[in-house]
Amino acid sequence: MASYIGSATSRVDGRAKVTGEAKYAGEFNVPGLVHGYVVDSIIPKGRIVRIDASGALGIAGVIDVLTHSNRPPMADKDDAYKDEVAPEKGSPYRPLYDDRIHFTGQPIALVLAEDWETARVAASQVRIEYQKEAHVTDLHAERTRAYAVDVPEKPRGDAERAFASAAISHAAEYSIPTEHHNPMELFASTAIWENGQLTVYDKTQGVQNVQQYLCKVFNLQPNAVRVMSPYMGGGFGAGLRPQYQVVLTVLAANALKRPVRVMLTRAQMYALGYRPASIERLALGANSGGTLDSMQHEAIAVTSQFEEFARNDTGWGNLLYKSPNAKFEHKLVKLDLPTSCDMRAPGAATGVYALECAMDELAIALKTDPVQLRLQCYSDRHQGEDLPYTSKQLRECYRQGADAFGWSKRNAEPRSMRDGSELVGWGMASGVWEALQVPATVRIVLTANGHAEVATAASDIGTGTYTIMAQVAADMLGLPIDNISVKLGDSTLPQCPVEGGSWIASSVCNAIANTARAVRGDLLELAKATQDSPLSGAGVDDVALIDGKIVSKRDAGRAVSIASAMQSGKAERITREEINQPSEDKSHARNVHSAIFAEVKVDEEIGIIRVTRVVKAVAAGRILNPKTAHSQVMGGVVWGIGMALHEETLYDHRFGRVMNANIAEYHVPVNADIHDIEVIFVDEPDEMVNPLGIKGLGEIGIVGVAAAIANAVYHATGKRVRDLPITLDKVIEFA
Amino acid sequence: MIPFQYTRASDVADAIKQIAADPSAKFIAGGTNLLDLIKYDVATPTRLIDISRLPLRNVEETATGGVLIGALVPNTDLAYHPLIEARYPLLSRSILAGASQQLRNMASTGGNLVQRTRCFYFYDATTPCNKREPGSGCSAISGINRINAILGTSQSCIATHPSDMCVALAVLEAIVHVTGPAGARTIAFADFHRLPDNTPQLDTNLEPDEIITAIELPAKGFSTNYSYLKIRDRLSYAFALVSVAAALELDGDTIKEARVALGGVAHKPWRSSAAEVVLRGQRAEASTFANAADILLRRARGFGHNDFKIGLARRAIVRTLGQAARGTPQSISDKKIR
Repeated sequence: MASYIGSATSRVDGRAKVTGEAKYAGEFNVPGLVHGYVVDSIIPKGRIVRIDASGALGIAGVIDVLTHSNRPPMADKDDAYKDEVAPEKGSPYRPLYDDRIHFTGQPIALVLAEDWETARVAASQVRIEYQKEAHVTDLHAERTRAYAVDVPEKPRGDAERAFASAAISHAAEYSIPTEHHNPMELFASTAIWENGQLTVYDKTQGVQNVQQYLCKVFNLQPNAVRVMSPYMGGGFGAGLRPQYQVVLTVLAANALKRPVRVMLTRAQMYALGYRPASIERLALGANSGGTLDSMQHEAIAVTSQFEEFARNDTGWGNLLYKSPNAKFEHKLVKLDLPTSCDMRAPGAATGVYALECAMDELAIALKTDPVQLRLQCYSDRHQGEDLPYTSKQLRECYRQGADAFGWSKRNAEPRSMRDGSELVGWGMASGVWEALQVPATVRIVLTANGHAEVATAASDIGTGTYTIMAQVAADMLGLPIDNISVKLGDSTLPQCPVEGGSWIASSVCNAIANTARAVRGDLLELAKATQDSPLSGAGVDDVALIDGKIVSKRDAGRAVSIASAMQSGKAERITREEINQPSEDKSHARNVHSAIFAEVKVDEEIGIIRVTRVVKAVAAGRILNPKTAHSQVMGGVVWGIGMALHEETLYDHRFGRVMNANIAEYHVPVNADIHDIEVIFVDEPDEMVNPLGIKGLGEIGIVGVAAAIANAVYHATGKRVRDLPITLDKVIEFA
Repeated sequence: MIPFQYTRASDVADAIKQIAADPSAKFIAGGTNLLDLIKYDVATPTRLIDISRLPLRNVEETATGGVLIGALVPNTDLAYHPLIEARYPLLSRSILAGASQQLRNMASTGGNLVQRTRCFYFYDATTPCNKREPGSGCSAISGINRINAILGTSQSCIATHPSDMCVALAVLEAIVHVTGPAGARTIAFADFHRLPDNTPQLDTNLEPDEIITAIELPAKGFSTNYSYLKIRDRLSYAFALVSVAAALELDGDTIKEARVALGGVAHKPWRSSAAEVVLRGQRAEASTFANAADILLRRARGFGHNDFKIGLARRAIVRTLGQAARGTPQSISDKKIR
């Protein structure tokens, strides 16, 4: 039987998704369901003076209007609202808690009605009197108030002095606007009380995180609350923390003693978390030989007034380049906005964008090919920790990516390459992310008919977790993939943290291996108990499960079928549950890497930019499923194109409001913007990172893409645009 | 959003009767814009009169060699209609440059004319906007105005008309057929949309109790030398920053007749007879086109974020006239600009 691991396998949940059989949080219907519609604040800061809900309550079908003044009880301590991934510092936002307004779009009333349309109409009849206070929402205007938070990496040497005395140097500021996740699926929750048990269907990347949070906020017993999120229409980090609609849904279910659903509108989702706008200052100094002497990276990013969300944008250079002198600083500015949050490759998408644009500018100053400069500065050790890597095939990424792209044909001179009326530009960048693991537990139930159920509380946020888990389990249990059913997204399943940081594949798959080993041990004991067992004397690691049999590794002729072992042992099922404890070994750095090559064509007069080719070569350990992995990275590249050219949340700072809170005006790429994308997976065996050699692919797809495009735009036009997105008016001077 | 009544009109006369009787009513056909406006609390009709079943779906030739398009012909059907593709390809191209396939399937010809601006402030009912709430002020003038107008603006409004189709209709000098309580009348396309002045709440000269029944295209279709160029922030499904519809009649290299209209820059499709006069009798070449562009943009003014539109429009005009003169109209499927 061929191995499923490493083979291009179609999604096991694909059919359910395209037929509509897969249900999402807002699709669980029960009799008597009440529908909630959120009334949100139109001001960014102040106090609610009065809420007049009489107009809403007078509408037939309206059941109640919940506000801070009439809601059922909820916890009054910060600790209760600190979820698994909440920022360490600060006081988490509490929906409908009191009369304070912290940000525009904050929920201030929940209209409950027999149907959603009635709730929506009634919501427009709720009258709110505000007392406004002065607000600030503009990072650039408030940058002088920035304060430093935890220093990501220790400084080395004297970076400032080395910069000042560098033969060649480059310093510049780059900026990235606020971006929103915009998953297709709207945030929704459905809460159902039944026989003293609360079941909540929620759009979340972490069912157990939400379950624990709800228990604390509403003082509920853990065994009375079950949170389910079987499928997700995109998370991207927006679903890591419990979002306010789940609190409102449970509040309403508690108040009414009826099942309740709250679904947000697209516009309301712009008042959830976001990728914080940031200002990134890079200062690079090189000696005349073209190696780095000094690397400084300072970032200023946005957080709310009440919580400190900080993902280090800086320090990524330590993973890529040698520099004897280095200094990193991450700063925050508190604004009257919701708390920023993780969004695909948090910290890296932005920080590496700035770093890799700066490296391009340094290469130009040095008159060195950008790939060559990166190779000259290449580091085989994590510079901050001074550690070797478990594996780092980044050189191979540069080589294979450059070959596939045809980089050697590049004329280094800006504006030197043309295609008719278009200027052609070729740019490149590096990408880097962490190969993380978290403790995760997997349960396997093997039944005598040769079927197995594999379960953990992880969420599949659309990445293909169901599929890779089925592949790994099929291989580990020696069963056909069709005999494996995977259960996810249920808080009653074995423990698993939120789905984020690219850590789920490595964590749950290694947990499957551990659990499968335990199952194998049980099977071996059963097999050894049979008369004249051919496996007598064998230990658990002397045998493997292959093609429905327990087979001696030394002698494939010595085997017992799983079915007969279970039959003779009268075992109808074998249930095992094991955890994957990440290695405590701190002797090596664990990272994934990539190289990105991009071609742009720019209309010289009008400035229209088309990204006509992208090659992304990724070294991310073992690739479990080339098909879903390819999709994952390709999606990241598309997002990188959007980050480079399109995405921007537009605030009118006078009003403290998002002005393009819909996906017609918040631009992401459409099909017409996407041309050839080639994804290469560089071979990277790594037995040290974890037993299965898995590093994870969630984030790396986007990292560096915007930099490669920005560098290509410079190469095409000779115009360096450092502030994203690169729109046509920034590329061309329209005098 | 507020509750509303829904009724159907049985014929055009009934539609007029119904709307005349209820000033807060609105016609609904495709609803591609109106439903959004209702959801955003921008439009608050207490009654929707569904006209989508009225028999206004024909595209037929007129006695004078033109074409009469029923007001309810869906944008998609119009764009791919053989008569339009053959004789008015500029119209086809402009329609296909707009919205998405799904929206074009729903949107009607008449509705396209009366769609409302995309100005961010118009859609955000919490902000001042003279178009939405006369007298409340214009937030765009000193706000986020990258998408706003550079021509024909007033102190009270700098909104643009968002249609692509209307830019081509302006060039083709379409005639709008409307019917009201007093009977039928026609409105020249140039007189259909208004400039904001101090009444930006009025987009058109259509009376509240009138219904658009048809759009008439005169015989002249400029099917040889035309182009529609739309410039936007992504390559599909975005409103125009600047668009240009150009139609030429050439005698060799000499321009016999020229028409140019701009979209995305004003409260209505923008034409200048002086610019078209200056093209007439001249050689079809870049310097001629640049002269016309200068005249078209003579009174252009930016408001900060949209300053670039002036220069962009100048280049776009020259490029589009060049495409038209060469007979190489801008491709709709290949977004590369030639």
